[in-house]
Amino acid sequence: MSYFLFKRILTLIATLVATSVIVFSVLEVLPGNAAQVLMGPDADPAAVEAKARELGMDQPAMTRYAHWVGGLARGDMGLSYAYGSPVSELIAERLTVTVPLAVMAMLLTVLLALGVGVYAAARHNRLGDVGLMTLAQIGIAIPNFWFAILLILLFSVKLQWFSAGGFDGWYFDDGFWHGLWEGLQALLLPAVSLAVVQGAILARFTRSSVLEVMREDFVRTARAKGLSRRATLWGHVLRNAMIPVITVMGLQFAELLAGTIVVENVFYLPGLGRLIFQSIANRDLIVVRNCVMLLAAMVVIVNFIVDVLYAVIDPRVKASHL
Amino acid sequence: MSTTDARPASVSASAAAPAAAPGFWFRALRHPGFVIGGVLTALLVLAAAVSYVWTPWPVYEVNMADKLLLPSWAHWFGADAFGRDVVSQLLMGARASILVGIIAVGIGLVVGTALGLLASARRGWVEELVMRLADFTFAFPAILSAIMLTAVFGPGIVNAIIAIGIYNIPTFARITRAAANAVWAREFVLAARACGKSAWAITWQHILPNIAAVLTVQATIRFAVAILAEAALSYLGLGTQPPQPSWGRMLAEAQTLMFQAPLLAVWPGLAIALSVLGLNLLGDGLRDLLDPKLARSR
Repeated sequence: MSYFLFKRILTLIATLVATSVIVFSVLEVLPGNAAQVLMGPDADPAAVEAKARELGMDQPAMTRYAHWVGGLARGDMGLSYAYGSPVSELIAERLTVTVPLAVMAMLLTVLLALGVGVYAAARHNRLGDVGLMTLAQIGIAIPNFWFAILLILLFSVKLQWFSAGGFDGWYFDDGFWHGLWEGLQALLLPAVSLAVVQGAILARFTRSSVLEVMREDFVRTARAKGLSRRATLWGHVLRNAMIPVITVMGLQFAELLAGTIVVENVFYLPGLGRLIFQSIANRDLIVVRNCVMLLAAMVVIVNFIVDVLYAVIDPRVKASHL
Repeated sequence: MSTTDARPASVSASAAAPAAAPGFWFRALRHPGFVIGGVLTALLVLAAAVSYVWTPWPVYEVNMADKLLLPSWAHWFGADAFGRDVVSQLLMGARASILVGIIAVGIGLVVGTALGLLASARRGWVEELVMRLADFTFAFPAILSAIMLTAVFGPGIVNAIIAIGIYNIPTFARITRAAANAVWAREFVLAARACGKSAWAITWQHILPNIAAVLTVQATIRFAVAILAEAALSYLGLGTQPPQPSWGRMLAEAQTLMFQAPLLAVWPGLAIALSVLGLNLLGDGLRDLLDPKLARSR
């Protein structure tokens, strides 16, 4: 296990370094002059040059890259051009929206997918299975932001159960549970709109994974020794069927994060996605660079965790790496 | 893994596999998913084609008298905040979706397949390198790449296409490699090697025709993903730019008018969902039809 972990951690570090190089190159080196981007195309050349010196742009790219990564390692992401405050503070504040949203969406996705997937597999080729899989097929085709708009139309415009967007932050002055409830309520519709689409994909995958395991010899043996269908399903099939499902969940996390960027904009949630767009509008490249790096790093790290989990659940994976 | 087991040599890459399977259309027309998917996809293509010769109303004409008109005989799906006809805009929007789909999938298909074939033919460190690169690209979903490109070069449909295309490359590389490796292990490839054929010739004459079916299926499904991505990027203002109509941007505009004209937010989404559904069903249907072994196990 320790050798596998060691190798996997090395890959993780290499991937993170490569990611940072790409982000840096695209956002820093390609345009040639971040100061020009910041000040706009019509700015006075002398002013642009002064700004470039102020931002340290006259130094070689290698030096600036080292400076940035060195800062990242210490948690120092520099100052935002537009806000004038530390980027790390801006991002930390926005993460209090994005992280709960992503976690909530992922939980709903898993609940939905496992419920639907296992039920459909158990009722293979019967009405329940066909009906649910038709719904899943439709769910995959629906863009999450359109589904979000439809939810707003139904629950905010028509029924007026939820507000049409916005998030006032987490306030726990009126008691912890009240504050938690208020916050979760504001995030519920966005999380549902993310979860339905991702859940539809995962449900189809869960179903085929369960069906595949149900055809295995050991399942027939379990049934032959007198175990009920239900006991076989829960005791033998699910555990084995979950292995590939977990991998797909890790891959879906990237899609989910990308989805939060879009859905935050539908609901005007002050999360990381909104911050990125405001920063693009403000030409605040340093914020964009750090946000993109953070999102990419989250995807890489989640996939690392999934890989390690995978090895814990399935010893064969570990062996194949030795 | 691969299809058309019996007659690898008779399958040409350009015709893909469908023509080779006997009674393909006979089976295809009895596959409900394939038929529904085919009809929906045909409607999408038709909508884009029709928009070149005819739209019910001039697409760019602002007509404040018809502002936010409800569906009627004159405007079948109503009119938007500038009195522009929704049906005409939807027809034009189909063009943007198809354009992005074709180019983005084309980029992924050409570059990704080439990389996958290379990895499979050379094995060793080349394969390792290509596959690690493909793994690593997962860290950048299409939206993240598009955000980076937009931050630097400004929003536009070209950047959106490049971002979606780049995202498609690793998918095709991975699938091509897996499928190609399976073909490389077959006896007829061994025979070809024994005859002294080069790796390049084998790849071109034997591997590619045999994985064409897999690639066709994947291209159909990635086309759907590209349409979704274009819609999302245009919704965010990173894709198609005004005044060129696109379904994603129509939704963004409709969202601000949700209380006055809720129906405006329904049509473009329906157009996206039906197109994506059609392509997905077509892809799944093709997979069932081209790979009977896989179809049985589903």
